[in-house]
Amino acid sequence: MSLWNKHAVFEKNSVVLVAGIIGVVAIGGIVEIAPLFYLKNTIEEVEGMRPYSPLELAGRNIYIREGCYNCHSQMVRPLRDEVERYGHYSLAAESMYDKPFQWGSKRTGPDLARVGGKYSDAWHVAHLVDPRSVVPASIMPGYPFLFETPLAFETIGTDLAVQAAMGVPYTREMIENARTDVIIQATMDDPDQAGLLERYPKAQARSFSGRSDGVITEGDALVAYLQTLGTLVDFSTYDGQANVR
Amino acid sequence: MASIGASPVAPGKRMTLGEGGSALAFAALALLSIVVAAKAWEAAYAFHAYLFAAGSVAAVFAIMNRYNDRPATLPPQEIDGKPNYNMGPVKFATVAAMVWGIAGFTVGVLIAFQLAYPALNFDVAWLNFGRMRPLHTSAVIFAFGGNVLLATSLYVVQRTSRARLAGDITPWFVVVGYNFFILIAGTGYLLGITQSKEYAEPEWYADLFLTVVWVAYLLMFMLTLRKRKEPHIYVANWFYLAFIVTIAILHLGNNAVIPVSLFSAKSYQVWSGVQDAMVQWWYGHNAVGFFLTAGFLAIMYYFVPKRAERPVYSYRLSIIHFWALIFLYIWAGPHHLHYTALPDWTQTLGMVFSIMLWMPSWGGMINGLMTLSGAWDKLRTDPVLRLMVVSIAFYGMSTFEGPMMSIKVVNSLSHYTDWTVGHVHSGALGWVAYISFGAIYCLVPWLWNRERLYSLKLVNWHFWISTLGIVLYISSMWVAGIMQGLMWRAYTALGFLEYSFIETSEAMHPYYVIRGLGGVLFLAGALIMVYNLVMTVRAVKPVVEAEPKSPLVAAE
Repeated sequence: MSLWNKHAVFEKNSVVLVAGIIGVVAIGGIVEIAPLFYLKNTIEEVEGMRPYSPLELAGRNIYIREGCYNCHSQMVRPLRDEVERYGHYSLAAESMYDKPFQWGSKRTGPDLARVGGKYSDAWHVAHLVDPRSVVPASIMPGYPFLFETPLAFETIGTDLAVQAAMGVPYTREMIENARTDVIIQATMDDPDQAGLLERYPKAQARSFSGRSDGVITEGDALVAYLQTLGTLVDFSTYDGQANVR
Repeated sequence: MASIGASPVAPGKRMTLGEGGSALAFAALALLSIVVAAKAWEAAYAFHAYLFAAGSVAAVFAIMNRYNDRPATLPPQEIDGKPNYNMGPVKFATVAAMVWGIAGFTVGVLIAFQLAYPALNFDVAWLNFGRMRPLHTSAVIFAFGGNVLLATSLYVVQRTSRARLAGDITPWFVVVGYNFFILIAGTGYLLGITQSKEYAEPEWYADLFLTVVWVAYLLMFMLTLRKRKEPHIYVANWFYLAFIVTIAILHLGNNAVIPVSLFSAKSYQVWSGVQDAMVQWWYGHNAVGFFLTAGFLAIMYYFVPKRAERPVYSYRLSIIHFWALIFLYIWAGPHHLHYTALPDWTQTLGMVFSIMLWMPSWGGMINGLMTLSGAWDKLRTDPVLRLMVVSIAFYGMSTFEGPMMSIKVVNSLSHYTDWTVGHVHSGALGWVAYISFGAIYCLVPWLWNRERLYSLKLVNWHFWISTLGIVLYISSMWVAGIMQGLMWRAYTALGFLEYSFIETSEAMHPYYVIRGLGGVLFLAGALIMVYNLVMTVRAVKPVVEAEPKSPLVAAE
């Protein structure tokens, strides 16, 4: 019975009790989280991955703001039906610049990890404005206001700079050109314009909403982001065994 | 400072360090908020800065007014040898819990029907599902649940310690500050301010403010324990402490962000990708483990024995189950990330610990249920006790279902479907809300010093209506989730995927309607409860003697 009496130490001293609680709850978190910063398959670098272009990042922030992650995952699991429905299973490296991650936890709508390039811009615009105009049974809300609201990107360079401070490889050049890169990517048809493609390989540049008046809307940025999702890694050349130990 | 206000100051009356210090701090915060509001990059953030400014100014006024109105000495710790309990903040949190509860349930019903009838989104930014869903989850978990935890913990720690709450301003700062955080969080979601981490959506400035409130909460709780007249810290307080301390750790870990600017609501996570996912579900699952489980187990350990008038079944079981529960829970997070890019070994650890977690969970359930031994007959006559017993039964059910769903093969089917949503709600509605309802039905007559509840018959109606609602909810989500999971992986004889995504989505419609109706019933039950509580305060006679309750003793 003496062992039971020993527990009185915790019951009679709140500081000891709190110290005990902290000690006990710390273990699991440390064991599961700390190694993820060192293991090869969680910090692997895969050819093709690059930080988001300023326009894509702005679009991603719209995606976050509207809570798209509540209904759409961005994580293809290595299961036969998922790989056939959505494409190659997702790699850790594909979300290495995602702050925060957008893997999601619920598929009220389909997974979007590889939605880039699967539909035309016009489809995305029609779908976002009125989902039931292209998918009659859809239960997605409409987002017509995104295409009426001009994108606020005056300070987008600061966003890049903050991420750069945390280790995302945005260069000085990228940060300085952030504002103009938004304009170039959202209004030009020539991706090679002003070195955009050099800074952000595979970046797609055009008017995503189809507007020709030069106004860049939140919808433009969102579609630019969606069209990028899952397109950066070329799986015809990806060697899945390279990072297996 | 003492010269503010017209009333003459009593001789010898001094402003306490707490009063002066917090008034100064709030004045500084008001000033800072106004500067931020003036220079804010986004209109929504400016609105929040103005709210902070208004709140701070109101706080300064409240502190000054209180100082002017109070006698020269602070309230005594004891009156006639009996502890002079500080129940004002407890009352505040109790009322707030019911107000936020009704709001949260209502938004839940709305978003349930949005999924059945998308026209209900009205294509308006602030009404769309993506913004309303975090509003719902935060309103029920943090606003309703959080206020229940604040109310009960501040009540229980005083009663079981036989001591007045530590601090004079602090208790009010904690309850009002916490509810101000809720206001900032909720209005933020509607305005599109979110960092998109589930159950941790508020942005950096709201998180910072919550950190201050939470540290004050922890210190106040520990200092109250220090003043206790009982040699032992009662078991409910262990669980409250584990809840407060661990939530603080999780909150800091998961909200490690760098704001874009002092003048912008936007921030970016320090973690990214797979590491961020692991940190998020370390947080997310333990928000369940420590906010929605440990905290509410504390409620069970006080209110069930109190209501049943029986001691806790086993003191040793409570020791084992306490340490086992808090140790094992922390590991369970990766079961939210099965088959993702998280390494396999982490997923497997998460699964194994989730299954082991079944044992301490049921240890807690047994300890709660068996507390009724010798008092089972009360279930027939006391619907409040019945609410609490059914809540423990739901706790047992969802803590069996959870480990089962954490098994990787089961999870490959259940993950991403409405089965998860159903599982969460059997825990949230059945366990968390029911034990809360039970506790509040006990608390309101105690706090407002009433002889009894206005009507036990209405409690009965509440119980049966909301139970029917829960049954509709979870059974429809089981069917919907398992069906959609099976449809996603269905193949034709020729080896093609049988259903397009939208076909599986269409098949959900009838179940979404049934789920919505279940939600309506649950909301209706809660409205009956509010009416009953209001009438208890208004129409029931006050008690004459002050301390009718027997002290709580754990079984040896």
